[in-house]
This record gives sequence, C-alpha cells and structure tokens, in this order.
Amino acid sequence: MKTISRRKILKALGAGGALSSLGIAGCASQGVMSGKAAAKVVVVGGGFGGATCAKYLKRFDSNLEVTLVEQSRQYTTCPGSNWVLGGLRSMDDITHGYGDLNSRYGVKVVHDTVTAIEPGQRRVVLAGGQSLSYDRLVVSPGIDFRWDAIEGYDASVAEKIPHAWKAGPQTRLLYDQLRAMRDGGTVIIAPPGNPFRCPPGPYERTSMIAHYLKTHKPRSKILVLDTKDAFSKKGLFEAGWAALYPGMIEWVPGSSGGKVERVDAATNTVYAQSGMDRHKGDVINIIPPQQAGQLAQIAGLTNDTGWCPVNQQTFESSIHPGIHVIGDSSIAGAMPKSGHSANSQAKMTAAAIVAMLKDLPVISPSHVNTCYSLIGPDYGITVAAVYRLGDDGAIAGVKGAGGVSPTDVPHQFRTQEARYAEGWYASITQDSFR
Amino acid sequence: MKPLFPTRYHLSGAALAVLLTVSPLAQAEISRGAVMASTCFACHGTDGKSTGAIPSIYGIPADSLIATMKAFREDLRAATVMNRHAKGYTDEEIVHIANYLSNIK
Repeated sequence: MKTISRRKILKALGAGGALSSLGIAGCASQGVMSGKAAAKVVVVGGGFGGATCAKYLKRFDSNLEVTLVEQSRQYTTCPGSNWVLGGLRSMDDITHGYGDLNSRYGVKVVHDTVTAIEPGQRRVVLAGGQSLSYDRLVVSPGIDFRWDAIEGYDASVAEKIPHAWKAGPQTRLLYDQLRAMRDGGTVIIAPPGNPFRCPPGPYERTSMIAHYLKTHKPRSKILVLDTKDAFSKKGLFEAGWAALYPGMIEWVPGSSGGKVERVDAATNTVYAQSGMDRHKGDVINIIPPQQAGQLAQIAGLTNDTGWCPVNQQTFESSIHPGIHVIGDSSIAGAMPKSGHSANSQAKMTAAAIVAMLKDLPVISPSHVNTCYSLIGPDYGITVAAVYRLGDDGAIAGVKGAGGVSPTDVPHQFRTQEARYAEGWYASITQDSFR
Repeated sequence: MKPLFPTRYHLSGAALAVLLTVSPLAQAEISRGAVMASTCFACHGTDGKSTGAIPSIYGIPADSLIATMKAFREDLRAATVMNRHAKGYTDEEIVHIANYLSNIK
C-alpha cells in the first residue's frame, strides 16, 4: 500500500531535478509552498552520518522532502560497544530506533536495501522494487572490510573469531566468548593500520576488556598485536593501563612482530613475521583493514584508495555530481573516521545542500570532533579538534586548538572526563537519532 | 543581578521578538551562527539542550557565553575539553555562535 502510494506521488512529482530545483527556489523566495513540488533529498544509511543529515536537512529547511533509507529498524552504535564488552552497558543501552526522525522532524524512513544508484536518472533503486528519485542524494554507508588482507580471515571465519567492528551480533559474540573464557586465558586483539574507523577504539576495547578481566578473571592476559607502531592517545592509554591494569596488557608494535598476517581458526592461532611468530589465543578479536562501505563501491563512488573522494566543503562526490558522501566512507582531510566526525559532516552537508538547492552561497564549514575513551569506569580521556576548510580545499585542524587530555592532572580530571564520556554518548545519540 | 550591558540586553530582546514570530528553523537562509552552533550540539544536545552530564548551553545571555568561551580560550577558566575547543574560534565566530544559542528558548 505504502509503496504504491509513494510511487504514485513520485510519478506525479517526477518533473526532473532541474525543474524541481527551480520550483524550490521560487518557493523559498516567496515563502509559500502549497501546490508546488518540494525538492527531494534521499539519504542512504542510518548511522551517525545519515540519521543526523536527514534530521538537520529538515531542521534547516522544513519544506524539503527528506527520505532516509536504512535496511535495519534499529541501529546499534559502535560508540559504547566497548562499554558493553566491559560490562558497563547493555546492548539495549546502545541501540536506537528511527521513529523520532519521522514523528519530530518529518523525515520519511524507508527500511529497505539500496541495490543500485543511477546518477544519470537521479534515482535510487531499492531491493523491494521501489525506486526513489532525488534532487540531491546523500550516502553514508560506513565501512566495509578488506577480507583479502589477512590470510585465513574472512566473513565466515568472523562468525567464530569476531571483528566486532560493526556493533550488534558481532559485539555479542565477543562478549559471550569473553564471559566463557577461563581465568588465566589470553585475549588477542589485532588492530589494523591507518586509516580505519575510530582510531582510539581498539585501545578503549583493550581497556574495557582489561576492566572485565581484572574484575572477574584477574590471572588473564591481553596481547595487542598491532599493525602500527603508534596509535591515538598512546601515551594516555599506556599511563592508564599501567595505573589500572599493571602487568595485564602487552602491546606489540608492527615493527616488532605485531602485524598479524595469517589466522588459523581451527587452532585459534595467529601468525606474524612470515610465520616465525605464532600466538595462540583463548579469545581472538581481529579488526581487519577497511574500505568504504559496500554501497559506495557498488555506486562507483570510490577511488583507488578504496575510499570516496569528495569536495570537502560540500561533501559532493568528485566522481558523481549530485551525490554527497559523508562519514567513514569519505576522504575528509584531517578528520578521523568517527561517529562524531560523521555527525559534524552531516550538518555541514545538510546546510550546503539547502543552500545549493536555493542557489545561495554555501556557508564555510566548521567541524568538531571529540573522541572520548574510557580506560576504566572512572577514568576517561579525550582527543579533540576543530576543523576548517583549508585554502587547498582540504579539511585541516585549526592550529593551536584541540589535542589530547593533559598528562599531569589529578585523578579527579579523569573521573570528570569519564562522566562527560557518558554525557557525550547521551547527547550525540540524541542529536543524531532523536 | 544588575544588567552590566543594558544596551546589549535591549538588542537581544528586540532580536528575540523577531525570532518569536519566525521560527529559527524555518528561516529561508541559514545563518552562520546556526551552522557553527550546530557543531556544539553533538556534545551539548540539539539546540544546546543536554540530556546527560554535559551542561546545557541554550538561552544563556550572549555576553555570558562570549565571556565564558573567551575565558576557556585564554585558559582563564578551568575545563576538561572546552579550553581545547575554544582555541579553534575567533572573536567574531564566538559572537555568531553565542547570539544564536542565546536566542534558543
């Protein structure tokens, strides 16, 4: 029923992008909408980027017709998923619906899968058979894994040895394995090289697993086999580990045999240094190298890096005009791939689209990112940055601003940042999904 | 408390009266203040209305917001992360953001 009626509406309104744009420009200047076709923006992907963009498109211009396409009815956030592993939160606490985007802001939410994007026709085709025409399209497809990067580790092996880098059933699998592990066991965590989703994430995960083990299985160890020789907030994490979990965590940098090259799922063993080093784990968490989400690849929005080049002012694709790529999939200068970055990019893109549809100048973007990590329940740290568009067209951090939490501070400072980490989660999920 | 800047308060009142008749969300053009302030909302909640431990920042007189941001920026006021953020904004940008936030009811 719904599908048919929407199709009819689309047919009735199907005047083509240029005409619709003219229509909305006329409406905007007169402030009258009745009887005229609203400009249509379709947003694909209901994570932090897509949900925020759909909401802020309607906030910036309530006359727009905004449709959010997301296959799942609920979204489990990656932020907070390490807190679940540590026993601080439940899965329900980090799972959000889309009802408010519709009831509060008038976003049409369609739960379906996009099978094709037709940039020439300005149309998105859905698995259910429906197609949606657009004046502007926003895609926020997150990440996909490079399953060919580590020998012996692919999507089917991940059902036994989780990545847990997309939150949901994978988080639960790792959670269950940790709970089933014997005291005195070894947990192996293998973070990827840059760039990847949530740079401090693997080390917050290490911390939260350490918190669980210290509380319940104190004779256990964590071995972090890293592809890299450095990582986000390294000094702060290592100081926190020494303070809270002395002797429990061993971090091996890539140049000293940390890079995992092969996984043998049958024996729960990982290999490094061309097979010279082998490590057996009771629980193994492989976080594979990543690339832009599958939809971005299907739609031809990626370049040879595997990520999506965009105009970093508007996030419009450098490959397909009319399509904006935001969030982890995009190449966004100095911004890390994070939920907070995606939220910020979503707002700047929404403002840019509203201006572009009205033929108004795009306001120069300003971005913020704050990554909170919990080392313990009362021990929080941050890295923050403010970003602007540079003269070279790339997003760059404002010099003198941002940076990591200070080192020589009383414990009260860490406790306060832990409380604010919880506050950040409450706020950003409200700002993105409600 | 005595108003320190009566002229400013008077102007804010006038601006507010205009905003009461036209919702800030339905304006034809998006102001620079609206765009820049939206980046505050990830931590402070949409419209600066926090649902968690981070303070709300809406409806505060613009002068207070400006003075607070500048104090963070100059490290004259203690903070966890706000002094690192405040250093990313010019005087003019702080005024744009403060004016927008102060008018949110």
